[in-house]
Amino acid sequence: MITIVDYGVGNLFSIKNMLKKAGFDAKLASDAASIETADKIILPGIGAFDHCMTQFNRSGLREVVTRKVIDDKTPLLGICVGLQMLMESSEEGSEQGLGWISGKTVKFVKEKIGDLKVPHMGWTNVRIEKESALTSDLDLQPRFYFVHSYHVVPEDKSDEILSAHYGYDFTAAVGRKNIFGAQFHPEKSHRFGMKLLENFARI
Amino acid sequence: MKRVRVIPALLIHKQGLVKSVRFKDYRYVGDPINAVRIFNEKEVDELAIIDIDATRENRPPNIARIAEIVSEAFMPIAYGGGIINADQVRDILSVGVEKIILNRAAVKNPELVTEIARQFGSQSVVVSIDYKKNFFGKPVVYVENGKTSTGLNPILFAKQMEEAGAGEILLNSIERDGGFEGYDLEMIEKVAHAVNIPMIAIGGAASLSDFKRAVQYGASAVSAGSFFVFQRPHRAVLISYPSQQDLEKYVYDWL
Repeated sequence: MITIVDYGVGNLFSIKNMLKKAGFDAKLASDAASIETADKIILPGIGAFDHCMTQFNRSGLREVVTRKVIDDKTPLLGICVGLQMLMESSEEGSEQGLGWISGKTVKFVKEKIGDLKVPHMGWTNVRIEKESALTSDLDLQPRFYFVHSYHVVPEDKSDEILSAHYGYDFTAAVGRKNIFGAQFHPEKSHRFGMKLLENFARI
Repeated sequence: MKRVRVIPALLIHKQGLVKSVRFKDYRYVGDPINAVRIFNEKEVDELAIIDIDATRENRPPNIARIAEIVSEAFMPIAYGGGIINADQVRDILSVGVEKIILNRAAVKNPELVTEIARQFGSQSVVVSIDYKKNFFGKPVVYVENGKTSTGLNPILFAKQMEEAGAGEILLNSIERDGGFEGYDLEMIEKVAHAVNIPMIAIGGAASLSDFKRAVQYGASAVSAGSFFVFQRPHRAVLISYPSQQDLEKYVYDWL
């Protein structure tokens, strides 16, 4: 079953609700045993990077999630800060990231966005940078709901599967083997987000 | 293409959906869950849901009811009404709401804004600044559905709220509410210049060009009530939302 990691952070209910609308059951898991049986894992995250990392490290779930994702190759989708946690580090904090995707998370560069306000909040169109199971058959003009002040910069450009523009182009989603991440909130992005979650559920 | 958020604001009164004129003359317009379902089908950018009874009745937010409404919403939701502490905010966010809206609590207890921002991030705190002009023509902030004057200046209060940690300001003109006479552009411009956080304008929208104008005067997003629930000229109840084509053509075109 699709398992949403409940480490005390993020909008878990909405993710479960959107998956249900797409026709997939999901469960919230706050103990290692329920993650053990997961065939897909969703890692949510919202708020400050350090807070998310600390909570995740303390939850006792990091070990089992790591084993599932790295050894068993269970597909994982990080959402929002859940994506940023996949990287090696973040300018927002001092905690180390998981480092499953090479690269870091940086703040929107003020000089490059001019008058635009941070956080970037609202609906923005995305562009497909690389074919991926996560983004197959998306709408012709897919748009998603974003709320973030930081964005990821993958070291290997081929990890970027979606990009978006806010003053400049930034990475909106990554995909590397069984590991995926989205900066936006698919659970709050109508049929566009539903399609993306459905794609993830079918991987 | 750059987009701006276009946000229907829904008022809940005695379990029903209502719409006011100048924060008075509440008229029943339907069932909230049904309305959320329709707005969902229309793929609205975001919804603001405000329980206008909670604060007045001194009762806490009805979490079960919020959860019921939100379970039909696949877009971001902001909820306001009766919030006085951070524990309530945790409960509200945990049922699938993205943001909470403070009005009286922000005036009485600005530290609550700071506390919510610290615990849940500033993107989760919206402060609704409801204002109207006093006898001398000076704008003043009101609370409790526009009934109680605070004596505060909306521009200074907006700045204070930004400093306290608010993520957004909902600038709400009481005098323009339900009037279909356009936004208060002068105040939008002043508040937008005074703060660096996004400001959502509400009160008076009658057309897509009003949305566009509000953005041209500095609003980061636009909201409305009557515009989305009434069809003019006779104010027949009809839930509507502009199509993507119309938004692109009349609102986003100059962005």
